[in-house]
Amino acid sequence: MEQNMQSPANLRRVAIDPVTRVEGHGKITLLLDDENHIHEARFHIVEFRGFEKFIQGRPYREVPFIVQRLCGICPVSHQLAAAKAVDQLVGVERLTPTAEKLRRLLHFGQVLQSHALHFFHLSSPDLLFGFGSDPAQRNIVGVLDKYPDLALKGVKLRKYGQQIIAAIAGKRIHGTATVPGGMNKALSIAERDALLVDIRDILAWCQDAVELNEQIHTSHPEHRAFATFSSNFLGLVGSGGELELYHGGLRARSADGATIFDQFDYRGYLDILREEVRPWSYMKFPYLIGLGKEQGWYRVGPLARVNNCDFIATPLAEAARMRFREFGRGGFVQDTLAYHWARMIEALHCAESIKQLLHDDGITGTDLVAGHGEMRSMGIGVIEAPRGTLFHHYQIDEQGLITKANLIVSTTSNNQAMNESVRSVANEYLDGRQLTEGLLNHLEVAVRAYDPCLSCATHALGKMPLQVELLDTNGVLVSKLTRSAADVCE
Amino acid sequence: MSKIRIATTSLAGCFGCHTSFLDMDERLVALLEHVELNRSPLTDIKHCGPCDIGLIEGGVCNADNVHVLREFRDNCKILIAVGACAINGGVPAMRNHFNLRECLEESYLNGVGIEDPQIPDDVELPLLLDKVHPIHEVVRIDYYLPGCPPSADEFLKVLGDLLGGKEPALPNNLIHYD
Repeated sequence: MEQNMQSPANLRRVAIDPVTRVEGHGKITLLLDDENHIHEARFHIVEFRGFEKFIQGRPYREVPFIVQRLCGICPVSHQLAAAKAVDQLVGVERLTPTAEKLRRLLHFGQVLQSHALHFFHLSSPDLLFGFGSDPAQRNIVGVLDKYPDLALKGVKLRKYGQQIIAAIAGKRIHGTATVPGGMNKALSIAERDALLVDIRDILAWCQDAVELNEQIHTSHPEHRAFATFSSNFLGLVGSGGELELYHGGLRARSADGATIFDQFDYRGYLDILREEVRPWSYMKFPYLIGLGKEQGWYRVGPLARVNNCDFIATPLAEAARMRFREFGRGGFVQDTLAYHWARMIEALHCAESIKQLLHDDGITGTDLVAGHGEMRSMGIGVIEAPRGTLFHHYQIDEQGLITKANLIVSTTSNNQAMNESVRSVANEYLDGRQLTEGLLNHLEVAVRAYDPCLSCATHALGKMPLQVELLDTNGVLVSKLTRSAADVCE
Repeated sequence: MSKIRIATTSLAGCFGCHTSFLDMDERLVALLEHVELNRSPLTDIKHCGPCDIGLIEGGVCNADNVHVLREFRDNCKILIAVGACAINGGVPAMRNHFNLRECLEESYLNGVGIEDPQIPDDVELPLLLDKVHPIHEVVRIDYYLPGCPPSADEFLKVLGDLLGGKEPALPNNLIHYD
C-alpha cells in the first residue's frame, strides 16, 4: 500500500498542516499527479523533544514529574508508568492496599477526562455534523450551539475526571500524586464525599455517550469500512482476562482472534517488541518480534482493549461490551471508527469503577507507602494510558541518577495503523477527485479516530533536517532552504 | 456587542496549558458567548487571521514554531505567553544542556530495542533549532501568564480583565502554585 515517491518534481504536494482537533503537532501530506491521483499519503509528527537524553543524570525521584510533562492531557498516565518503574528501583513489589486503590482511582479519573475530551471537544463535530460539513461550525463551539445539552454533559464529564485528579494529585494538571513505593497524600473523607455527590449523573451521562456512539456507528454503514483494515491488537489484561487499565499482563492477538501471547510479564517487553526506524519516517514503528517487521505491527488503545479482553468487570460497561461484541458477530470489530464507541465503553467502565472505589472504605486509608527493599538498577513500568499501552523503562547508577531511559508511548504503537488509515481514505475518497476542504477533513477524521497524542509522541521523534520549504497560503513553494546538519536555523 | 477574537496555539509545549484553558469548564462556555475562536487546536482554522488576543503555549524548538509565532504576532493585537515553556523554555529546554546531535543519537542510534538504527531524514520535518528558546526572544510579548500550567482561574482572570477593557493583573493567590 505504501506509495512511491520516485519523482516528486512532477507531483503536486498538498499538506494539511497542522492537523487540528488532535493533541499536539502533526501534518498530513499528499503527493498528487495532474489527474489528482494520489501517489503518496503520509501522516507526520513534526517535533522532537529528546526526553531520553535530557532525563539522564536526573535523580530517579524527579522522573515521574519531569516525564509527565510529555503530555498535558494524560500526565497522570506518564506519572504512574514512571512511578511503577520507580517502585521497582526502590525494591517495592507490592503497594499498600490504599496506595494501590488511590492510584487506580487517579487513573480512572485520567482516562475518563481524556476520553470525554476526545469525544465531546475534539471528535464529536465530525460525527454529529458530518465529515465534510462547514468547517466554521465543525468544533466544540458549534456543538455547544447546536447540541447544548450534549456538549455541556461533555464539559462536565471532563471536569469530573479532572476533579478526581485534583483531589488526589493536588491539582488538575501536572500534580504530585506518587512517591517511590506509594502515594503522597491520603484522600480525606470530605474529599471523597464531595466526589460522590455527582457520580450518579456521571454514570448516566457515560451511558448516554455509549448509546450515542453505538447509534452513530451502527446507523452509518459507510463508517464500517472507513479507514479500516484488519490488524493485530496488543494491550494489558487482568489476571482473569478482564479489561485492565492500571496493571496486568500483556496479551497480543492476531486479526483472526488467535492468541500470539498472553499474561506476558511486561518487564520482559524487549523480548517481544522492537522499534524499527525507517529513513522516510519520523516516528519509530514498533512490531512484535515473533511476527517480524512486515506482519508484526499492531493497534493499541480502546479498540484493541475492548476487543482483546474476555470481559469487563463492571456490569454496565460489560453489557455495552456484549452489544459491541454482537456487532462484531463474535469476532473482532476492526472498524477504525469503532474506536469512538469502544472509548465510550471504557469511559463508562471508568465511571463505574470510580463509584466502586469511592464506596470502598480503604480509599480513605492513611497507610500510603510500602517499606522499601534493596535498590535495583532497572525499573520497567507499563500502564494502559487512554490511547494505549505505555512503556517506561529506566536504568540508574549507584547514586540513583538516570543512566538510560526508553519510552514507547501509545501513539507510537499506532503509527503504522494511522498511516494505513490515511492511505486507505486517500485512495478511497480523494483519489482522482478535486480536493476540497471537506474531503481533506476525511483524512483528519481517520487520524482522529486514534486520538493521537502527538505531544507524547514527540519525545523521541526527530531528524537531522536538510531542507526547509516555505509555501504560501495556497501551498505553492515560495523558497527552499538547504543547510548542512551542523547549521543552526535563524 | 461584537465578539473578541482569540487564537491559540501550542509550540514546544505539552498541551497542558490548553487543557487548563478547557478546565474553565462551564465558565468557558459562558466566556465563549463573548469570544470567537480563530486558529486553535480546537477549531479547523489552520492559519491565524486578525485577532484581538493570541495565546501561545510552549517555547520555540524548530523553524515551524518560529513561523507560527510570527504569524500570531503579525495578526494579534495582544500576544500572551502562557505557561512555563513559553515564558522560559520549561522542560523541553532541558535539552539545552546537551547538544542536539546527542539527543537525536540517543533516540535513534543508541536506544534499546531499535531495529535499523539511523537518524531519519525527510524534507517534511521542520529544521530543529540547536536550543529551545522562550518566545520573547523571538517576538514582542505583551503579557505573561505563569504556571505549569497556569490555572483555569488565571485564564479567567486575565481574559476577563481584557474583555472588560482593563489592564490584566493577577493577585498573589493565583500565582501561588504547587
